[in-house]
Amino acid sequence: MRRFTLIAIPYLWLLALFLVPFLIVLKISLSDIALARPPYMPQLDPAAGWEGLKSFFSELDFENFAFLTTDDLYWKAYLSSLKIALVSTFLTLLVGYPVAYAMARAPEEWRPTLLMLVILPFWTSFLIRVYSWMGILSNEGVLNQLLMWLGIIDTPLQIMNTTTAVYIGVVYTYLPFMILPIYSALEKLDGSLLEAAEDLGCSRLEAFWLVTWPLSRNGIIAGCFLVFIPTIGEFVIPSLLGGSDTLMIGKVLWEEFFSNRDWPVASAVAVVLLLILIIPIVLFQRNEQKQREAEG
Amino acid sequence: MAQTAFAPWTDPDQKPIIEFRNVTKSFGDFTAIHDLSLNIFEREFFALLGPSGCGKTTMMRMLAGFETATSGHIFLSGKDIGHVPPNQRPVNMMFQSYALFPHLSIWDNIAFGLKRESKDKAFIGDRVEEMLRLTRLTKFAKRKPHQISGGQRQRVALARSLAKAPKLLLLDEPLGALDKKLREQTQFELMDIQEKTGTTFVIVTHDQEEAMTVASRIAVMDEGNLVQVATPAEIYEAPNSVYVADFIGDVNIIEGRATQPGLKTGIAWAEGQPPILATPAKSVEAGQSVHFAIRPEKVTIDVEKPDRPNTFRGKVIDIAYLGNISTYHVELAGGQMIKAQMVNARRLANRPITWEDEVWVGFTDTAGVVLEE
Amino acid sequence: MRRFSWFNTVSLTLGFAFLYLPMVLLVFYSFNESRLVTVWAGFSTKWYGELLRDQAFLDAAWVTVKVAVFSSTLATILGTMAAYVLVRAGRFHGRTLFSGMIYAPLVMPEVITGLSLLLLFIGLNLDRGVFTIVLAHTTFAMCYVSVVVSSRLTTFDRSLEEAALDLGCSPFEAFRLVTLPIIAPAVISGWLLAFTLSLDDLVIASFTTGPSATTLPIKIFSAVRLGVSPQINALSTIMIAIVTIGVITASIVSKRAAVAQRRDEQAAIRAE
Repeated sequence: MRRFTLIAIPYLWLLALFLVPFLIVLKISLSDIALARPPYMPQLDPAAGWEGLKSFFSELDFENFAFLTTDDLYWKAYLSSLKIALVSTFLTLLVGYPVAYAMARAPEEWRPTLLMLVILPFWTSFLIRVYSWMGILSNEGVLNQLLMWLGIIDTPLQIMNTTTAVYIGVVYTYLPFMILPIYSALEKLDGSLLEAAEDLGCSRLEAFWLVTWPLSRNGIIAGCFLVFIPTIGEFVIPSLLGGSDTLMIGKVLWEEFFSNRDWPVASAVAVVLLLILIIPIVLFQRNEQKQREAEG
Repeated sequence: MAQTAFAPWTDPDQKPIIEFRNVTKSFGDFTAIHDLSLNIFEREFFALLGPSGCGKTTMMRMLAGFETATSGHIFLSGKDIGHVPPNQRPVNMMFQSYALFPHLSIWDNIAFGLKRESKDKAFIGDRVEEMLRLTRLTKFAKRKPHQISGGQRQRVALARSLAKAPKLLLLDEPLGALDKKLREQTQFELMDIQEKTGTTFVIVTHDQEEAMTVASRIAVMDEGNLVQVATPAEIYEAPNSVYVADFIGDVNIIEGRATQPGLKTGIAWAEGQPPILATPAKSVEAGQSVHFAIRPEKVTIDVEKPDRPNTFRGKVIDIAYLGNISTYHVELAGGQMIKAQMVNARRLANRPITWEDEVWVGFTDTAGVVLEE
Repeated sequence: MRRFSWFNTVSLTLGFAFLYLPMVLLVFYSFNESRLVTVWAGFSTKWYGELLRDQAFLDAAWVTVKVAVFSSTLATILGTMAAYVLVRAGRFHGRTLFSGMIYAPLVMPEVITGLSLLLLFIGLNLDRGVFTIVLAHTTFAMCYVSVVVSSRLTTFDRSLEEAALDLGCSPFEAFRLVTLPIIAPAVISGWLLAFTLSLDDLVIASFTTGPSATTLPIKIFSAVRLGVSPQINALSTIMIAIVTIGVITASIVSKRAAVAQRRDEQAAIRAE
């Protein structure tokens, strides 16, 4: 009985506030926009009983999804979100790997401090971390002032409100997510493996390529997914740092909902976004599972 | 001083404190305990001995109440305890990992069980002090478990499980985490404490020496079955199967056929060799295939043919010098290997037998046991 | 002893400069006299004064803290229960769905979580405000809490609970007297995580709030949409300072505890 209550409370909470809301999104994505409150059709009328249910289902259709394919705003936004996520994941790896590597190779007594320094930004507000780049990247910002003072450029570079600024923002905010799994993979790496490789005739660089890199692969994969997955649906970074030409689906969904008040289309956008995300999420889960099994 | 030996299991009027009656325990498809019946008596120090996976831990967990028998009954003082939850059994357990609560001091660990059943602070205090004295831990009462040594932790675990004065104390590999020297010392402490408190102890172990040292009776288990339940001496001297003989101590096993029926027989074991003269515990039939088991220390080794009922010619292949004793590996005719142990009463240089020597091995007709398959 | 090689030194310096420079600049410019954020016009704390006189900001801060305290506490209770169910309850009907619902919100884009909850609240005709934000934050934060707590529970020596039962505890007593005190650090970090997530959240709060409640992130977002604001710099500095002090204190405390523990253990080994 106790066990039943223990299971039931969190279970019902999640059913009511996670699964049911999602089913509502699914249902509304199949409805039509209407000038009413709430602004969609049809409404389920419980009083009408079975007939009401039948007519309710007969009015649901895939119109909104068809609409997503006709207006090229949507599929361009999906594609550009994927592209931005992919590129920024790669950039984050490029920046994160050397840092993680250096942390794992640092003297033992330094490592907890370095680890804390990586985690610290995570506890500070995401919004503020994104915002901090606005003062740096703007036309009269710190970066442009510095470059002009150094004489590298004469006129300010337009970085703010471009996709480049979005890349910088993503790399900056998601860097800890890349560093941590790679660090934990590299930290476990037994130093005598490298010595063994060198003993067997590898140069330092060869030892890195043949031993360190493959053994940190799981960490790299985990880190990449941890950056890639949330970046696809990102809203704050493109809306603060991106420009009018930066198309990202999270922003499109937001505007569809708040500006156009087209709930059915916003819901359809959400459903498709989720379908796109399922693939990397499943791959990520598999990778984690494999790693857990490998570690026993 | 005349003292009757402690052997309640031989007295038909004694009621067992624990009775397993046709107990079977399955985990899914796997049967851990097969239809097992067993009596354990008050004040016994009872050992469940066997390799890992033999079901001994499952037996103990059923006694503690962490597992429920799939079928059959378990009685404690005549009461069926099958569905009594662990917190309502007058049984306490000392865990293999000790399971000391890391957030509580030694004192609070020992008082933990007492506080659950009694509100009387003075009583709890007295009882904890008594336990601390019994286990020589008084000095460490205020420390946390991580602030004391492994041997001390072991004693805290013991004190904690004894504090409630349980009818029955279960010990799950209690000495497994200690090093050899400390383990031997602690075995005697355990026996001492068991005697002082008069509690019935059931110990689970895979270490046969440990079981032999501490137990009044040993149950040797294999794959969920009891193979033999007897005193350490009986188990050693009169194992009832090849499995027990082999599991406990060192043994020579020779396969052969009985030559005569009854309680005196010869065992034909090799072509052209005289049969081994032996005394089976149960009557055998002529021609029956049997195993003859004999402990190495009961086999003598001589240069001259000795005057013993069984003598065989052989050649020394190997000598293992262990300090106090030496084990000789002798190859008999027909390739049968036999181990003989001799006490090294003399210095090394004075002993006449060495590698490749032709020797005689000998033993009496009652030295070994005849085991039927 | 291992030393830093030049390559590692460069990597670490550049990496941490990248991580910290933007925040350092933010703090620096929060003390700028000029409204033009990038032109240094002398030291001043006037933006702090202005911030503290701005009632709208103070209101938003109060709403945010209220939401965070309620939702993280609720999320910690629910998340710990969920973790216990995941690790200890064994098999039950719908277990797969349950663990799916625990892990899914971790990877769900915030826009979708926010949208779906809003549609639910509208469907239920709930007045949107602090209450609905608390519900929304509790739901996603409890999943984070349960991940943190369940990873602690899986390494928890089960015989400790069995020992408690053996010594006469009921299952609930065993949880209260043994399990909870031992996993308390994980539960506390779960609470802190939930609290931070709630303080931080812009997207879900924007969806699920109504006109009556504005949280700090919503306020900050609308203030900075059009550009840098010195007041927000001041606010950011305060928030960064709080977090920095908190994290550094926590790490010093835990490091001291670890050192003390190691010393005790070595003393115990020597005593043997």
